[in-house]
Amino acid sequence: MAQHRDKRNLPPLSLHVPEPHFRPGDEVDFSDIGIPQVDATRRPDEAAAPADMRDLAYGLVRVLDEEHRATGPWDPRLDGDTLLKMLRAMALTRAFDERMFRAQRQGKTSFYMKCTGEEAVSIAAAFALHRDDMCFPSYRQQGLLIARDWPLVDMMNQIYSNRADRLQGKQLPIMYSSKEASFFSISGNLATQCPQAVGWAMASAAKGDTRIAAVWCGEGSTAEGDFHSACTFASVYRAPVILNVVNNQWAISSFSGFAGAEATTFAARAVGYGIAGLRVDGNDPLAVYAATKWATDRARANIGPTLIEHFTYRAEGHSTSDDPSQYRSVMESSKWPLGDPIARLKRHLIGLGLWDKERHAAMDLEVAEYVKSCAKEAEKNGILGHGLHQPLETLFEGVYEEMPWHLREQREQMFQEAKAARL
Amino acid sequence: MTMVQAINDALDVMMGRNADVVVMGEDVGFFGGVFRATAGLQKKYGKTRVFDTPITECGIVGVAVGMGVYGLRPVAEIQFADYIYPALDQLVSEAARLRYRSAGEFTAPITVRSPFGGGIFGGQTHSQSPEGIFTHVSGIKTVIPSTPHDAKGLLIAAIEDNDPVIFFEPKRIYNGPFDGHYDRPARNWAGHPDAEVPEGYYRIDLGKARIVREGEALTILCYGTMVHVVANTVAELGVDAEIIDLRTLVPLDIDAVEASVKKTGRCMIVHEATRTSGFGAELSAVVQERCFYHLEAPIERVTGFDTPYPHSLEWAYFPGPIRIGESIKKILKD
Repeated sequence: MAQHRDKRNLPPLSLHVPEPHFRPGDEVDFSDIGIPQVDATRRPDEAAAPADMRDLAYGLVRVLDEEHRATGPWDPRLDGDTLLKMLRAMALTRAFDERMFRAQRQGKTSFYMKCTGEEAVSIAAAFALHRDDMCFPSYRQQGLLIARDWPLVDMMNQIYSNRADRLQGKQLPIMYSSKEASFFSISGNLATQCPQAVGWAMASAAKGDTRIAAVWCGEGSTAEGDFHSACTFASVYRAPVILNVVNNQWAISSFSGFAGAEATTFAARAVGYGIAGLRVDGNDPLAVYAATKWATDRARANIGPTLIEHFTYRAEGHSTSDDPSQYRSVMESSKWPLGDPIARLKRHLIGLGLWDKERHAAMDLEVAEYVKSCAKEAEKNGILGHGLHQPLETLFEGVYEEMPWHLREQREQMFQEAKAARL
Repeated sequence: MTMVQAINDALDVMMGRNADVVVMGEDVGFFGGVFRATAGLQKKYGKTRVFDTPITECGIVGVAVGMGVYGLRPVAEIQFADYIYPALDQLVSEAARLRYRSAGEFTAPITVRSPFGGGIFGGQTHSQSPEGIFTHVSGIKTVIPSTPHDAKGLLIAAIEDNDPVIFFEPKRIYNGPFDGHYDRPARNWAGHPDAEVPEGYYRIDLGKARIVREGEALTILCYGTMVHVVANTVAELGVDAEIIDLRTLVPLDIDAVEASVKKTGRCMIVHEATRTSGFGAELSAVVQERCFYHLEAPIERVTGFDTPYPHSLEWAYFPGPIRIGESIKKILKD
């Protein structure tokens, strides 16, 4: 205490606890978010040394300008056919989300998570990757599967945990897994996929393969230790991996400031690890494609990993269990300065004369009808809690390659209980 | 061979047989490991198969899982079991569940080697026995050898196993058996029958216990360093105990345990790990459930105390000959 008395003339310390700019009911003004001009962010050579491209971590790779024209050094000059395919995959993903969200509200499944507003982050990236490049997604990259033409019915079977669910009803809805689509099994534990993706990429390099890995996590998850481990390993071994940070501004109710966004960008994390870092307009499908393509070329040329921050906005709630109006202003998503990725690509294609409002409306109808027919197909295999689940014994399968005695005993016990309960 | 040499030999054999086996961990590469378990391997197999890693246990195991998903068979080293906790999420949430959660689409055929156990004045963070944390996790196998011969055969089986295996190596007996008499000169493995290690490939299947000594008076279940401490104590007391070295804790060799306790009617469990919720509690429960009508005395547990592992009072903590001996006398009197 004596020491305290001696120091009473010093100003007291204070703890800084970040606070988002807008809370429920607040007027939203995003004018302080710096959006550089389309040609303001240079495109270095794919072989550039990370130390020579630090500015990229603080810029914003953009291709579509205010008039929705593709311009600037990052313009990937994609052909119209590819752009139309990209547009449809994004529209299909959104329609899928709408339908499955409703299915949860109707009690057909226990849980769902949309990726509304973030479709470009996964779909445009998928177009830049090879189909056999291994993706380690978080739970909000359903667009990867859809871009890789994975059957919607199969995804829905998983969401309904029904008798056709390849994951045997073992996983929470949306925790897909598809080895065939090079889409790694999703885990509920955040950021664990980051070092795993780096390990996969290291293995590919060690084996002299040509495939690369890509991993996605949210900006909130970058605070996990695994993210640091992943960046360290990626840097040390120059692993052929793309580390995608989807900065959608929100980690459930916590704004990005709680992951460090008040002090710096997430792309700037790359600077400290000595790896290439790009910050990209995540709502600009052409920019996401261009940045991912740049990073794939870099990885395939053995030059090393790239960390890409996709600057975007989580337009809807975190999940079906979340009500964002409790912690943020409902005006935010409509005021988001980078707009909507589907609307922007649509306007771009219309500007090119390859598309029009009528065809877009017809496509929206078509994908909605298609999703509906898939849902009907999936529902024939059952919905959650309606009896058409996997056989009871699957509960014990796959814990180990071969079932040990104690699991065989417990399985027998379950059969006896089921018999007693006449299940 | 010492146990360290046997482990080194197992890695050498497996790396020679299978180009997908890679060895990784802190200091395992050029230097050959702080306990020399990986000595010479990098020189023989190259840096892409035996490599040093950054000091990040969650990274080591996470990267190993990813390599396993790719199709490699990584053998990761955690320098001390006391430092495995940063990797716990990757082991418990990822490696252990990957096969189950993907319904077999993806697997983590990884082996995590780690020196464990006390008796070396390692204090709090170089002495722990965390096996009970892993035996509680479904999807992981937990293996603990007690001799050079077993260490090689079990490690080969662990590397070949398609499930994630935690392979705890009792570092107190890396260089020689330890009977618990800390005040006597240290012995080495030379001349010990269990130190005769066959050349080349052989495996000891996981899930199979070893009867160290047949006996009629009581059954003692143990593993790791305690196998030697128990065997010596039993010899000193001249007790006709049946000593079972479990070798694999999960899956447990229930048949060996059950047959022995039904024969002797008495069961004692010895481990270094702390008592409460330790693996001894599981052993006690399964013996009680299966051998209840054969038991002539309450099951005895001799374990580490429920305290962090101490430095100066190590020999008061360590379940040595005196504590084991007292317990044997007690269980035989009942």
